[in-house]
Amino acid sequence: MVDAKDISLTFDTADGRVDALAHVDLQVAEGEFVSFIGPSGCGKTTMLRVIADLQQPSSGSLSVNGMSAENARIGRSYGYVFQAPALFPWRTIEKNLKLPLEIMGFSEAEQQQRVEHYLSLVNLTGFERKFPWQLSGGMQQRVSIARALSFDPAMLLMDEPFGALDEIVRDHLNEQLLQLWKSTEKTVLFVTHSIPEAVFLSTRIVVMSPRPGRIIDIIDCDFPRDRSLEIRETPEFLKIAQRVRTGLRAGHSYDE
Amino acid sequence: MTSSSLALPLRAPRTLARHPLVGRYAPVVTMALALMVIWYIAAVAMNWNLVRDGFEREETPYTATDVLAGTMSAERPLLPAPHQIVSTFVDSVFGYPPLAPRSLVYHSLVTLSATLIGFVLGAVFGTVLALMIVHSRVLERSLLPWIICSQMVPIVALAPIFIVVLGAIGLTGLLPKSLISAYLCFFPITIGMVKGFTSPDPLQLELMQTWSATPRQVLWKLRWPSAVPYLFASLKVAITISLIGAIVAELPTGAEAGIGARLLAGSYYGQTVQLWAALLAAAVLSSGLIGIVSLIERLVARRMGAH
Repeated sequence: MVDAKDISLTFDTADGRVDALAHVDLQVAEGEFVSFIGPSGCGKTTMLRVIADLQQPSSGSLSVNGMSAENARIGRSYGYVFQAPALFPWRTIEKNLKLPLEIMGFSEAEQQQRVEHYLSLVNLTGFERKFPWQLSGGMQQRVSIARALSFDPAMLLMDEPFGALDEIVRDHLNEQLLQLWKSTEKTVLFVTHSIPEAVFLSTRIVVMSPRPGRIIDIIDCDFPRDRSLEIRETPEFLKIAQRVRTGLRAGHSYDE
Repeated sequence: MTSSSLALPLRAPRTLARHPLVGRYAPVVTMALALMVIWYIAAVAMNWNLVRDGFEREETPYTATDVLAGTMSAERPLLPAPHQIVSTFVDSVFGYPPLAPRSLVYHSLVTLSATLIGFVLGAVFGTVLALMIVHSRVLERSLLPWIICSQMVPIVALAPIFIVVLGAIGLTGLLPKSLISAYLCFFPITIGMVKGFTSPDPLQLELMQTWSATPRQVLWKLRWPSAVPYLFASLKVAITISLIGAIVAELPTGAEAGIGARLLAGSYYGQTVQLWAALLAAAVLSSGLIGIVSLIERLVARRMGAH
């Protein structure tokens, strides 16, 4: 699904050159749930943006969904979810969901049918006519996930989608996201700060470290697809979480 | 101490001062009354010598009370008293059929038509300019200095040139006035709409990019709706300016009709009361126009989910 070889990205800022990404190699297979974890500035968001063709790498080769990143974006291969819901405040929930569909030229009937389907998928049936400000932060983020799925892209790219929500809402949405992943069989790339979140959701965890942004460990995480929050208490879960934490600490150490 | 003296009254009596309407309108009314008082005092002071000289010229005996009464009812006072202005205003609005040349309604309609045409022209032109500026850096650099320059030349100086040039190519009457009005009012719209078109959240713009939306889709589905609050803010400024533009345009043309013509006639013949009545008409007209724009703004905002 994603094949990145030797991706590097440097910015020229006022403070000099910043190596946002250095020699990143990554392969993601179809149907995987891959989390990127690491401290701020480790390039995890940048990596996601490069895959989404929102930013271009300085060097390296990248193929997304079997084509160049640019063509993958133009071919609408992925739905992107930001940390903020970024709903359009003058559109109702229903109209927000229809926005990408309007842009992509779906028929009116098809739009209506998809709105119903994806709203029920994120448990928001009945909120069609509400405006975004009438919904809580967690509900708004669910709308933005439904919007990213509405045109049935091959991949879902999520940049700390639950970072701004409180822990209880977050747990709840993590469970819902797993359900969605299971029922839609999408490939998901997921950026997060939270170790339990990464371990709970992923099939693989990519641990990154800053200056220069690079991958320091890739951890397999093969719990069954059908997991509940209770697995967080199991020894296997804690073992993987421990390994992620060790990796993060190793990435930090040369900094101190 | 008994418990009854400690008990609070169950409900505070609703005095007049606490009535919500009083809270809302009292400041405005107080201000208006204070202005009235100052105005009357100023009218007495400014007209005093005029009236006294009048008595002396006619060699009629007079008392201070006579002079005082005279300052309130002089035919051509320096500063007419508010009741004189209002009565002349009411007279010239309701005293004649609406289309009679002495009716203020007629003159207001003449100016209003130039204002509205100018406003529409200016709004369209201003928005198109803003679109061009937003979509091209080159245009921004080449157009913006001219746009700003255009507003630095006083319109009183430009208006006669406009009229002469347009007259030479056969354009007279309503159109030159509208063009001058449009010339003045496009500016706040351009400035406001450039701000409005560039106001979308970067995340919203990136979302459009992830959906590979065309520039036209970004314009209609994101930039336009985001610009609506800015649009109404600049329309409110523009509509008053375009009224001023239409009035100013009537001055150098020696127009026979319109609020500007009334102002001009009033000042030629020292008809100060008529002059002030025409000013009052301009004020009423401009608040009415702003009121209409605000009303439309509220309706649009409600449709766009404002809370």
